[in-house]
Amino acid sequence: MFGTYLYRELSNRRKQTAIIAAGMALAIALVMIVNGVAAGVRDAQATVLASVYGVGTDITISQEPVQPAEGEEGAQQERPRFEFGAEDGETTDGTTALSQSRLTSGIASTTFDADALTTALSLDSVAAATATLALTNVSFSGEVAAPTTTDTGETAPGEGAQQGGRGGPDGAGGSAFNVDTFTVTGIDVAGESVGPLTSVELVDGRAFESSDSDTNVVILDTSYATTSSLTVGDSLEIGGEEFEVIGTVTSTSADATTASNTYIPLDTAQRVADLENQISTVYVQAASSTDIAAVQTALQTELPDAWVKTQEDLASSVSGSLSTASDLVGKLGTWLSIIVLAAAFLISVLLTTSGVARRTREFGTLKAIGWSNGAVVRQVAGESLVQGAIGGVVGVAIGLLGILAINIAAPVLSASAAATAVAGQGAGGGGNRFGDAATTAAATTDIALQIPVTFSIIGIAVALAILGGLIAGAFGGWRAARLRPAEALRSVA
Amino acid sequence: MYELSELTKKYETKRGPISALNKVSLSIPTGQMVAIQGPTGGGKSTLLQMLGALERPTSGTVTLGGEELSAMPDSRLAEIRARTIGFVFQGFNLIPTLTAQENVETALAPLGLSNSDRRLRARAALEKVGLGERLTHHPAELSGGQQQRVAIARALVKEPKVLLADEPTGNLDEQTRDEIMELLEGLWRDEGLTLIIVTHDSAVAKRAERRLHLKHGSVTEKK
Repeated sequence: MFGTYLYRELSNRRKQTAIIAAGMALAIALVMIVNGVAAGVRDAQATVLASVYGVGTDITISQEPVQPAEGEEGAQQERPRFEFGAEDGETTDGTTALSQSRLTSGIASTTFDADALTTALSLDSVAAATATLALTNVSFSGEVAAPTTTDTGETAPGEGAQQGGRGGPDGAGGSAFNVDTFTVTGIDVAGESVGPLTSVELVDGRAFESSDSDTNVVILDTSYATTSSLTVGDSLEIGGEEFEVIGTVTSTSADATTASNTYIPLDTAQRVADLENQISTVYVQAASSTDIAAVQTALQTELPDAWVKTQEDLASSVSGSLSTASDLVGKLGTWLSIIVLAAAFLISVLLTTSGVARRTREFGTLKAIGWSNGAVVRQVAGESLVQGAIGGVVGVAIGLLGILAINIAAPVLSASAAATAVAGQGAGGGGNRFGDAATTAAATTDIALQIPVTFSIIGIAVALAILGGLIAGAFGGWRAARLRPAEALRSVA
Repeated sequence: MYELSELTKKYETKRGPISALNKVSLSIPTGQMVAIQGPTGGGKSTLLQMLGALERPTSGTVTLGGEELSAMPDSRLAEIRARTIGFVFQGFNLIPTLTAQENVETALAPLGLSNSDRRLRARAALEKVGLGERLTHHPAELSGGQQQRVAIARALVKEPKVLLADEPTGNLDEQTRDEIMELLEGLWRDEGLTLIIVTHDSAVAKRAERRLHLKHGSVTEKK
């Protein structure tokens, strides 16, 4: 009887059923799309972050920059300084060619003691951890006019070649300089389960081996290798020392570049940069996703001066239109969903309760012929539930179509994370004093937004539809339960 | 069957309490056909609601088959209405979205019968009131007399001991009225029902074994 009555009511009161179901369907579809877009944005952020921090990194540890005390040079000391003696360079035709290379952690970077890695590895819930040292190599090369000796015995620049002209690259005593910078990341050659190299794949040559420890070998980002015309077997000067190129890598994600232009063994990087036992970032993988918060807390306790960030914290470092989309979904989308959902629920409740009021005689009669309160409430609630379910099914269909349309359109979002991240391995922002063109170029990436269709999104939609039906049914049922059968008789007497 | 003792029912209104029934004492034996007459507002419908376990008295008692209705919880009253009492209303009170057969089946829903049993009994009840050919018709597709027959079938399908009819012919023409009354009388006679009819129509009342007059909440026997 319940099913027959329910079917007859819904099919004969199509207008009301359609209004309730349509309202619910729109709300459900919107919630699905907003949730889907949020998931898509999260995936995109994870992709961007993975390209910087590597796949599987749950937590990163870095060091908060410390403001130098008054009178100290502080970060100024980290800035590469090029000093040339009178005898440096080769002088030809009144022009002296000078060249120097410095490997430095950069002005905004902060390094810290490598014991932090030991601390991280000592925690029970840590599955893996590795340390890196993020550096910037700055090469200065140029030509200046060779100095000459005057009658008074003083040396005057630009007059080196007495025979005609005043020297220098322009022949008039002028100078010309080139400054080249690229990023260098010191990597633990033994540990690859976590860290930046987990999100790259080898294109040419070979990866690091344990025997590469403390040797002058370098792996290049393919984009950097191409623009610098370097291949496996070539040599590259880093921090004034020659390094052999043993391999090239590319990003496994949608990014065009990897997190760094070059990768060298960690101990080599520490030696060349004169930063013995210093690191800039520790990458930590928790034993399980449920342990992340506990590991973060434990690390923060053990390392009070360190920045201990989870992927969730790091998502805020992603900028660009991806970040805008994330904000939009997080704020406007969520509120819009809540408002539409509340409106749909309200419409459903109002129509259901007004329907009960309209059917006073009907329910009163049913009670008069022996229907219990519970049976009447079940009938009203059942009708609401089915209306909600119809809205849910239609809403899921509309939501899936909306998601399909977005996935076909695949709106491209730009994201910048590497620039922040590379600097962030030491500290936020900056890079080096010369401006970090190479790093910035490597940082910006375009990601086509793809919304994942998951059971959880569909499950949430269906659950909300059922919840809407239950809420409307509860109100309608409550009103029906309060109805006294005598009132029905009185209304027809 | 029914024993009413000092039955009083008062309603609270904005203008103060109104006494619908005033210390009514009455005995209705099993199988009797009773007609209740009286002016509008005299308390006829209130009395019928008391007899039908739809309303609780302000004071006094109503006993049905030895059980005091006024002391029972709502769930027990619903059970008594489901098994013992049948109702027929002036406006038929059929559910417009259900067919004739489904309307009759609603009276069997509280009894927990199987689907097939329910359908079988509903069909038989409709055949008994002469609507065997109208099982799948909706109320809107039936005449007033046919709708009242469906309502009577709904009231009798559960085989009640009491049939309470509130102006059952009030909305019908004379010919249909007579047909419905003949049907009710026949069922009363055949089923051994206690039949209580509230009516304004003296022609209907005259068919009853016993006539009661209700005015200002007080009952008098009418010869």
